Amino acid sequence: MPQPDAKAPSPRAEVKAVALVSSGRHPVSGRAGRAREDARAVEMGLSLAGADLSLVHAGDPEDASLRECLEGYLGMFHGLDDERDGALSLLPMQAGDDAVPLLAAWLERSGVQLALTGQRAECGEGSGMVGYLLAERLGWSIATGVAAIERCDARSVTVLQALPQGQRRRLEVRLPCLIAVDSVAEAPRQSAFGPARRGRIDTVDDRLPAGEKRPDVANVDWQWQPARARPKRLKVVKSTNARDRFKAAAAKSSASGGQVLTDLTPEQAAEKLIDYLRAEKIIADTGESSAGES
Amino acid sequence: MSVRRIDPHAERARRNRLHPRHHEFARPAWRWTSSEGVTRVNPHALGAIGPNGIKRIDRSGASVEASPVSASQASAEPARRQIVIDQPAGHVVVVPELPEGRLGDHDKDLFGLARQLADGRDLAVTAITFLSGVTGFEDAGADRVVDLAATVAEGYDPEARLAALVAVERALTPQHWIFADALPDGGDLGRRLGARLAARGAADARPATRVWQLNDGRTLSRAGDRQDILRDVARVLLALPECAEPVSETRHEARRIDLAATDEASPVAGDQATTLGVIDRGRVAVDPQEIPLAQAPFILSAGRGVSDWEGYHHAARVLGASEGASRVAVDDGYMVRTRQVGATGTFVTASCYVAVGISGAVQHLQGIAKCQRVIAINNDPSCDMVKRADLALIADGDAVLAAVCERLGQPRDGDGESWQTEESQHAAA
Repeated sequence: MPQPDAKAPSPRAEVKAVALVSSGRHPVSGRAGRAREDARAVEMGLSLAGADLSLVHAGDPEDASLRECLEGYLGMFHGLDDERDGALSLLPMQAGDDAVPLLAAWLERSGVQLALTGQRAECGEGSGMVGYLLAERLGWSIATGVAAIERCDARSVTVLQALPQGQRRRLEVRLPCLIAVDSVAEAPRQSAFGPARRGRIDTVDDRLPAGEKRPDVANVDWQWQPARARPKRLKVVKSTNARDRFKAAAAKSSASGGQVLTDLTPEQAAEKLIDYLRAEKIIADTGESSAGES
Repeated sequence: MSVRRIDPHAERARRNRLHPRHHEFARPAWRWTSSEGVTRVNPHALGAIGPNGIKRIDRSGASVEASPVSASQASAEPARRQIVIDQPAGHVVVVPELPEGRLGDHDKDLFGLARQLADGRDLAVTAITFLSGVTGFEDAGADRVVDLAATVAEGYDPEARLAALVAVERALTPQHWIFADALPDGGDLGRRLGARLAARGAADARPATRVWQLNDGRTLSRAGDRQDILRDVARVLLALPECAEPVSETRHEARRIDLAATDEASPVAGDQATTLGVIDRGRVAVDPQEIPLAQAPFILSAGRGVSDWEGYHHAARVLGASEGASRVAVDDGYMVRTRQVGATGTFVTASCYVAVGISGAVQHLQGIAKCQRVIAINNDPSCDMVKRADLALIADGDAVLAAVCERLGQPRDGDGESWQTEESQHAAA
């Protein structure tokens, strides 16, 4: 993907950055590991803050595959300026608990200004709501679909947001903020075995008020089932007339009222082409300059 | 010559003199049996007036008499029923994406989903737009339209939009909110609204994301890790494309409603003063050659009909288009394999596709099936690409591209410096 600032020196953050990570599943084998978008968020954080980046995860410490997932992120702490090992704060909770109050309390206490995360989790509901609920609760700003961080200073961070059709938009986000990283961000570095083994996982004993810590009750009457393939939409021709229906079913896809211009000199053809492109706003209207954005 | 078709409903109405629409279909009989059992013929009711004013009786069966039935059969689309809801019991609010300022396929699916929720419960489907001058809400299925273009500035400002939506929530208290689950627009706004409503104490405001089916009053939404969630219809729904069939049989009034300004003005201003977290700094110029071919918005594609390859590359630079190629051009070594368009290469989704010297093999046409506008430049007026194209120019591709560059002020001869400026512009971006 295009990263227009790829050649610029990587911006060093003076602010304290953290990556919120979740456990992932391999899309084919279903094996536990790092989540793809969260790994991109960690990569972005490493290029921004180096080994100062801290990681946080709220999960069930009894879960057998959790260590494997988290080591996937800790193993990314290599190839940096200073050879420190990664550290991850694990906020213990039960499987059915709400992670938002835990994370919010931790973020408030730790004095973090910039939190990076993926857009959606790969396990569980995967609604992508955690970032929004956190931002709402803490009063932070949030930007989603971020492809790259261009600049980061003490007050704000300038990011590029990924739009459809490979386009980019520049946003300035006030700190403290939460940034959801898009899947077109820079690919994450591999997780290495040594740093993964050396990385620390600290279980943080939370001191939440008793009323805050509660199971997530919104999902008690949900019914989980294996994902079904979505049905292909059929092309239905609504016509009272059997002849039209048959014609539509048997028709080969053909011209839909296209305009054919013959007997043109190249100059005339070029003029027609440019007029069409300008009328459809594919190229800019003003003479020499050409912009490919539509 | 159209084929004569028999409409059984019309036939039945014609036979039954007590049918309420009998007079529409009944033709004056020209032959009947009288009560005495004598066959009577009315010569004036027989035949049709020909084009030069003379009555003709055609017994060959070749001509078909004009009747109201055949006129209604001629239209391919059946007429839509007009639906008017004067006093709705509530609202189902849809926030369409409006790509390029008009209703897209995803938006029409959202309205279809909203109609499924609204019909039978006397609810009105209300569309909310942040753009003025959008048309087509009547056929899409909106009973009401709220135009918020005045309250929200142009550009990406999710927080101002959220404040406007909160004001709508206060004014209408809709039963359901429906957003398109597409980042970074509808999905972002819907999640923001869900979080804001949940923070304000609405326990049921947690949105259902990635909804793809509505069945018996429950929604199926796709979760992570190859699971689906079957749950009751949430208050805020973020729906995937093809979540429901678009409205096709009814037509709605799309009445503009104005929310009371007094309700709206003060809280919006207050919210904006405190939080202006995300500021739009405008679009960034992207090098078109760096965009993955499958996503590129504007592709200039070359095939066997191109012989001046330097001129072609120059034209792509001048137009700001991504480069594509047919299989022949790739096999002949003029273009790299990653640029090949078609079923054996990349399926492209460009909004404008210019095919220069490509005749249009079946595999290539499959690859460009999702392109919105296709322009063909070809010597052969009978080739398949010309049949597919929205605009076909029958001319030599090389000459046309050279003329295009000349007309845009950047001819290829003696243009060393203009190339460099173009390239440095991309590098700087």
